[in-house]
Amino acid sequence: MNKILFSAVSKKFVMALAGLFLLLFLPVHLGINLMLLKEDPEPFNNAAHFMATFPLVKVVEIVLMLAILVHVIYGITLQIINWLKRPVGYAVRNKSETSAFSRFMIWTGGAVLIFLIIHFFNFYFIKLGLVEGDPENFYSLAWQLFNIPGYVILYWICFALLGFHLFHALQSAFQTLGLNNDFWTPVIKGLSLIYAIVVPIGFAVIPLVIWLFK
Amino acid sequence: MKLKLKIWRQKNAKTKGSFVSYDLDNVSPDMSFLEMLDALNKRLVEAGKEPVAFDHDCREGICGSCGMFINGYPHGPVPGLTTCHLAMRYFNDGDSITIEPWRAKAFPVIKDLIVDRSAFDRIQVAGGFISVTAGAAAEANSVLVNKHQSDMAFDSAICIGCGACVAACKNASAMLFVSAKVSQYALLPQGRIEAKTRVRAMIAEMDRQGFGSCSNTGACEAQCPKQIKLTNIARLNREYYKAF
Repeated sequence: MNKILFSAVSKKFVMALAGLFLLLFLPVHLGINLMLLKEDPEPFNNAAHFMATFPLVKVVEIVLMLAILVHVIYGITLQIINWLKRPVGYAVRNKSETSAFSRFMIWTGGAVLIFLIIHFFNFYFIKLGLVEGDPENFYSLAWQLFNIPGYVILYWICFALLGFHLFHALQSAFQTLGLNNDFWTPVIKGLSLIYAIVVPIGFAVIPLVIWLFK
Repeated sequence: MKLKLKIWRQKNAKTKGSFVSYDLDNVSPDMSFLEMLDALNKRLVEAGKEPVAFDHDCREGICGSCGMFINGYPHGPVPGLTTCHLAMRYFNDGDSITIEPWRAKAFPVIKDLIVDRSAFDRIQVAGGFISVTAGAAAEANSVLVNKHQSDMAFDSAICIGCGACVAACKNASAMLFVSAKVSQYALLPQGRIEAKTRVRAMIAEMDRQGFGSCSNTGACEAQCPKQIKLTNIARLNREYYKAF
């Protein structure tokens, strides 16, 4: 049974499922973040309050945290195992035609993870009561952060890298789940590109609008 | 043509190897890559030196024996060719060519450019076959096969097991090879009978032999001399999930 649960294919299956769940959550998060553009802090704070208190959301939150943990732990362990599969490398760099997005998943994923940890300290841990702050006024907290130039630059870099990660992630998850054929795969690749551009730009544009117009 | 060759030389599996440089003159653009190495070896033998060891058999692109990492590409820079089919006209006079063996934990170097690819054989033995009672051939029309399915099965079956997919993959993964071998049976009615046990056994053996997992980069597909498609890997995954 262990061989089945922890075979190379099964691990990738679990990673793909966890990753797809995270991909579903991102547009929800973006939808809430766009409320930051309103002058009135109420809608955003209400949405944050709803996310923190509604019972069904709390269940989803547990699944989300598990998905993050599984995706990160499997991603890192699989990468380390894969590195060990070629103990002696090539003298000439491998020039096989692949997209850079697919080759650097561990590094783009690592950057996203670092941002996620910072993000947790800034917001999620306040909600959990692990870090001091007002969980009922995330609106002003977000605005304060977006007024720190260094933070915004880091935010933009991380979202650009998230876009690179997502572009390969979505199509790769479908391939891992066995959903690849000559008709649907080009469609999924197109959707991956749209998703990987629209979602990160959606997040990145918020501090820009705040800077320029607010 | 005049070439500068940099070739990996290693006495046996236990010794440490290193690159040795050779200058080779009078290389005809009509030669194949292996014939160019034959010319080098003739010169080495005449000088009383050890020739470069490399795998080869049919020299017609179908046996899967030859295979080396040439200037950063498994089987060289031309897509869809095995090393034996790679003509020297694809190189230029004065070129430097670095030749390395396949590099993977599951493919240890035996000598110079020869690696031990018996890990592939063990994966095949685990399930890459159809159990039949030996005897007279069955009536061909007793099991009808859809033409499209049969063409797809054939496209998978043309995998020659050369190992270029493993050599190209950043994870030294054998997923393209295993997927081709699983697909060629999974697509035909005769192969469906043992489909579940086959895919489970072959994937378990693939892991046991020390190959990496698939990151869907597509390097294997790009470098496969028989242009086996990534859709085979998706099919392998599907077959694996269906097997439980």
